[in-house]
Amino acid sequence: MAPVDAAMIHDITGPLAVRVFCEMGGERVFDPERIIMLFDHQVPADSIPAAENHVFMRQFADEQGIHNYDLLEGVCHQVVMEKGRAAPGEIIVGTDSHTCTYGAAGAFATGIGSTDMGFVLKFGALYFRVPESILVEVEGAFGRRVGAKDLILSLAGDIGADGATYMALEFTGQAMREMNMAGRMTCANMAIEMGAKAGIVQPDAATWDYVTARRDIEPFDLAGDADAAYRERRHYDVTDLAPQVAVPHNVDNVVDVTKVAGTKVDQVFIGSCTNGRYEDLAEAAEVLGNADRFADGVRVIVIPASRTEYLKALRGGLIERFVEAGALVEAPCCGPCMGGAFGLLAPGEVSLSTSNRNFRGRQGSAQASVYLSSPATAAASALYGEITDPREV
Amino acid sequence: MRVWKFGDDIDTDAIIPGRFLTIYDPAELAKHAFEGTRDEFAKEAQEGDVVVAGSNFGCGSSREHAPLALLGAGVKVVVAKSFARIFYRNAVNTGLLPLVSAGADSIRDGETVTVDIAAGYIEVNGKHLVIEPVPGFMKEIVDAGGLVAYAKNLDEVKTCSTE
Repeated sequence: MAPVDAAMIHDITGPLAVRVFCEMGGERVFDPERIIMLFDHQVPADSIPAAENHVFMRQFADEQGIHNYDLLEGVCHQVVMEKGRAAPGEIIVGTDSHTCTYGAAGAFATGIGSTDMGFVLKFGALYFRVPESILVEVEGAFGRRVGAKDLILSLAGDIGADGATYMALEFTGQAMREMNMAGRMTCANMAIEMGAKAGIVQPDAATWDYVTARRDIEPFDLAGDADAAYRERRHYDVTDLAPQVAVPHNVDNVVDVTKVAGTKVDQVFIGSCTNGRYEDLAEAAEVLGNADRFADGVRVIVIPASRTEYLKALRGGLIERFVEAGALVEAPCCGPCMGGAFGLLAPGEVSLSTSNRNFRGRQGSAQASVYLSSPATAAASALYGEITDPREV
Repeated sequence: MRVWKFGDDIDTDAIIPGRFLTIYDPAELAKHAFEGTRDEFAKEAQEGDVVVAGSNFGCGSSREHAPLALLGAGVKVVVAKSFARIFYRNAVNTGLLPLVSAGADSIRDGETVTVDIAAGYIEVNGKHLVIEPVPGFMKEIVDAGGLVAYAKNLDEVKTCSTE
């Protein structure tokens, strides 16, 4: 068993974890200060059962003395990062598969199920298999309107949906060192889409600047051993990388945007734990430029990943531009990504989304199609009503 | 035991779509298992049926509703060429047995199989397909009947140092 430094639970998988904790005979959680609770998947409550789940979780937080961010702060992974709850070398678990996002802070972070979490709530520890690692060295400089999401989609296409199952992806190289924290979070976030247990970006000065601005912690060196045994070393150069699109219905079904340019879209979603940060919204707004309106017949849904990111975008004038251009800007939440709360698709409809999964039925009808892209490609496509290469706008 | 055969990369959204995640009762979840992708499963699956799939079964979300939906439908065993990591753990923890067999591809939909866990094989059409042993520590959880039962007998856990 390994001790965990922090455990995150949210409104969808949390209630089951709490029930399991009680079934296991749990009375007091191992350490309320190490538990992060918030609601993001169905907020504000979209149904009576969702509202009941929120009430149930609030009561548990009160009884146990757990700080509950409730539905006020935003999407779980963004909130954990921006509140400084993840730091290099920590072991963090969350009842959400995209918990691997905190690898951007140099943490070993992995998604677990509710029964595992019930055990963690009680004992503060969990059984793990130590993963083998794949070293991903990324060199070169991104071209115009190409970035972190294009890199991680191309990796998913290359490694495959199960190419890293039970392994850790370790990201390094010049392109990673030059990438901002928002981009690193996008990359670590999607490690799970290759089956990985964790996706860790080697901590550097940028990591420590981010973490120490949020928590009182002394920086230390953390790097893979020079003689570390990797399962595999993969080298990439992003210099000539084109914008990437994952086409229905698998995340590893990835092509250059030029291959699917012209595909009509009914809905464009810019947001999620993958691409809902200020930097992502700024990337979309830059492509929007001074255009009057998004294309007729396209529903554009923009959701900042957190209250903090929302305020940054609001103060930077981005929100006004999106609304002027005809977007629906929603309060921070998971939104259409998980196909539960709102923004669902009808049979035959096509969505282009900056989120992380395009599984059949993920955003509504199993007869709908979901494509995944960067915020730049999403904005360009929203302008023209069809999948569009952002470099051509 | 009737086989319900699926392909590669069967994700948790296919097993139980996101709009049903406010449900926690396995029998209720089972009514929506594979809804939209294989509607007859929820109607026709019988106690003891076996789900057989290709590689990467259960990829995607950490939702434990996925193994619970299968358990609610009466499925106790899933056989696949490989499993996604979180689903594999969730299955073991909740008492759904995930068995890895390189020969899963040769099993066809609607066939009858017999699983002999102690002997380590699946019998289909008189042939024996080898199943891989459940790894290390997980065997203790399986033997205990799932992680809840395992945890009930524990007062504290021994942890390794991370220093």
